[in-house]
Amino acid sequence: MLRFVLKRILIALPTLLIVSILVFGLQKLLPGDPVLALAGEERDPETLARLRELYRLNDPIWMQYLHWLGDVLKGDLGMSLRTNQPVLVLIAEKLPVTLQLATMSMIFAMVIGIPAGILAATRKNSWIDWICNVVALSGLSIPNFWLGIMLILLVSVNLGWLPASGYESFFVDPVRSLQTMLMPSFVLGTALAATLMRHTRSAMLGVLSSDYIRTARAKGLPGRVVVLGHAFRNAVLPVITLSALLFGELIGGAVLTEQIFTIPGFGKLTVDAVFNRDYAVVQGIVLCIAAGFLVMNLIADILYAVFNPRLRTEL
Amino acid sequence: MTAPLLSVRDLTTAFRTPEGWREVVKGVSFNVAPGETVAIVGESGSGKSVTSMSIMRLLDPVNARIGGAVTLEGRDLLSLPEEDMRHIRGKDIAMIFQEPMTSLNPAYTVGRQIGEVLRHHDGAGRAEARAATAALMERVRIPNAAARLDDYPHQFSGGMRQRVMIAMALAARPKLLIADEPTTALDVTIQGEILELLKELQEESGMGMLFITHDMGVVAEIADRTVVMYRGDCVETGTTRKIFSRGDHPYTRALLAAMPRIGSMAGEAWPLRFDRVDTATGSIEPQGPVADTVDRSATPVLSVKNLVTRFNVGSDLFGRSTGAVHAVENVSFDLHQGETLSLVGESGCGKSTTGRSILRLIEATSGDIQLDGFDVRALGPGDLMRMRRTAQMIFQDPYSSLNPRMTVGQTVAEPMIRHRLAGRGEARRRAAALLERVGLSPAMLDRYPHEFSGGQRQRVAIARVLGLNPKVIVADESVSALDVSIKAQVVNLLMDLQEERKIAFLFISHDMAVVERISHRVAVMYLGEIVEIGPRAAVFGAPQHPYTKRLLEAVPVPDPARRHHRLTVAPEELKSPVRPRGFTPPPRHYREAAAGHLVMETH
Repeated sequence: MLRFVLKRILIALPTLLIVSILVFGLQKLLPGDPVLALAGEERDPETLARLRELYRLNDPIWMQYLHWLGDVLKGDLGMSLRTNQPVLVLIAEKLPVTLQLATMSMIFAMVIGIPAGILAATRKNSWIDWICNVVALSGLSIPNFWLGIMLILLVSVNLGWLPASGYESFFVDPVRSLQTMLMPSFVLGTALAATLMRHTRSAMLGVLSSDYIRTARAKGLPGRVVVLGHAFRNAVLPVITLSALLFGELIGGAVLTEQIFTIPGFGKLTVDAVFNRDYAVVQGIVLCIAAGFLVMNLIADILYAVFNPRLRTEL
Repeated sequence: MTAPLLSVRDLTTAFRTPEGWREVVKGVSFNVAPGETVAIVGESGSGKSVTSMSIMRLLDPVNARIGGAVTLEGRDLLSLPEEDMRHIRGKDIAMIFQEPMTSLNPAYTVGRQIGEVLRHHDGAGRAEARAATAALMERVRIPNAAARLDDYPHQFSGGMRQRVMIAMALAARPKLLIADEPTTALDVTIQGEILELLKELQEESGMGMLFITHDMGVVAEIADRTVVMYRGDCVETGTTRKIFSRGDHPYTRALLAAMPRIGSMAGEAWPLRFDRVDTATGSIEPQGPVADTVDRSATPVLSVKNLVTRFNVGSDLFGRSTGAVHAVENVSFDLHQGETLSLVGESGCGKSTTGRSILRLIEATSGDIQLDGFDVRALGPGDLMRMRRTAQMIFQDPYSSLNPRMTVGQTVAEPMIRHRLAGRGEARRRAAALLERVGLSPAMLDRYPHEFSGGQRQRVAIARVLGLNPKVIVADESVSALDVSIKAQVVNLLMDLQEERKIAFLFISHDMAVVERISHRVAVMYLGEIVEIGPRAAVFGAPQHPYTKRLLEAVPVPDPARRHHRLTVAPEELKSPVRPRGFTPPPRHYREAAAGHLVMETH
């Protein structure tokens, strides 16, 4: 098992390296000379040369890349051009917010989507299946921002149960933190729940018609054990992959939802950075999201091996 | 006569279809006494499996309607509430199925899956169930049982998995065991072992056994009484001896007549067509003899020398393989025009890989393949295409080897168009003629594969291949999935085509009785190597290699008077052709037992 995990990590590393090359290259492809931009009005050739020397712009491009990569590995992602704060600090500020939002959304999605999918599959073509499908379809088709606004109107403005916006760190005031996050994560979670439900349903349908489920029923096992023990255990694999991918997407930020609930997360940071041409920040975010995706994939792979004994011995 | 354990009266099962309820089992009645084995025999679509699923009430109640009466020791099963029925399943009536590969849950250890039965039905605790499970696995003679409790199904061979299934079925000491084609998916030597085991366990426990099969040989081997089913009807019930010696119903006689019998070819020089049997009327029509089609003076149309195909397996941290499957190891043979050479052996012996390597569907590791002037292993893409015109393949499963979205006409015409042998219109005309040649109607051109039966689909697959006018056809288990009567017809068709077009067949099969009928020469493969090769009469009449002998002995004979009473040898896991990296196979020597009859020396 340890060998398996090690191997997966080894496979993930080159991917991360390729991402870093892309991110670095992106910046080089941008139009305009950064030195000219930095120097401002002053076009003194000597100053320009000094700046070029300082930023190692005279080195061959691969040398520049290696220096940049070395800095990144040391945790130095450069400075924000706008705020003059280290990019790492900016990201470190927003990441916990986004992680909390993503985790809570995912919990909503799984708690609603997976049981609904199982239920729909075991009651295929019944009214339960029908209702689950209709609700899922609506969940997919209702835009997040609309649902968010409606929820704010109903729950916050009319009923006054939950704060309409804002953010509080979980470690400062956990109750308040959960209260502020409840609605946004519900809004994000319902849309994902619909996707998860559809996938759980189809995976379960496939497994339920398999020979070993017939065996389990012929053994006289109770329906609960057959469905949750024997069937779900095998249907869970595609659901894991999907959940990991969805979670990775959530790390990228939910721009609209964050905007509506004024949550200071990754989404907002990204939009601001892009509009301000704050390239160092954009670079840092892209790297961070890519790493997040890879970590989620790694977790999915490991869970796969946990649930699928065949992988453990074959790989 | 003792009171029946299971009594089935007028069982009628119907399935919901868009056109309304369709009866697939129509008023079937039979009894099973304690300690008795009753076989239900019939071809696909006869309703035999549905009968067993109806007894267990495992069919979806929304889509299936069961009528009649099923009583187990006087209890009416059909009227029991589902919860009570659940306590009967696995406890009073246990079941084993055809596919040991897919019938076990891949995500749980076998120990857990067997123990589950004990825990649910006997209320056994964890430790208690574990100890009892080990004992059960011992009882079905899984070698080293205690150490294998925590292994997963994929770590067992097919035969061992079926033993696990049997252990699971026996766990709660059922009164009745329903075995639905339990040996059909297994190799013939393994089949013998499993049948032996079932008989023994039945003697020990005195349970009744309902045995569902399409194989008359297996019926003769195991059943006290036999129920013959045909299209949902029970056409005949009686003692197995009586059914085999003087069946009343024409279908029973037809079924028996169509069954290829090993040893029936003694004294025949050439392959022999099967008698034409009409399952509806029971009429049996002998077919004409086959002309001698082989010309041994010419150069062989296919010549294989020292063929080796290996697949790397496993990988260490650096991605290097840790070993290799030696699927085909140093295989050599010639095939002449108009000749049928059969490659026989059990699953994993490399016979299919050999066929695929020859057509370059798989790249061989080394060796030399000369096919009608082509040096197969050195061909570039263009020549490879031309080579495939000469040599074609027919696969086992006629359900998955035809594209469901192409009409039969398109399927048959496609190779001719791709190989630029004909334009669209001409190809369609030729396709119509080919369909007629293989015994289908040209009017079927625009139908889709799902509208055809298995046998008809296999005819379509043959027609598709014939369009290219190949000299060599590799037939990989091409008739194995077909019912006996259909199988005989398709084999006859292959012989007709050989006579007419001098086609050479490489006939890959595990079915020894069919092989005896169709072959000029036979090669027996074991763990990737040919252990014996020679004329059919020599290999079947005077087998030399111990493996060949074992293979031939294991084939069940459809004659209840000749039941095998073999000594049971301890079962062994099939030896594996996986070798560690850097393994060099030992040199092999063959001795010539008779003219053209080569046998690998055993040490």
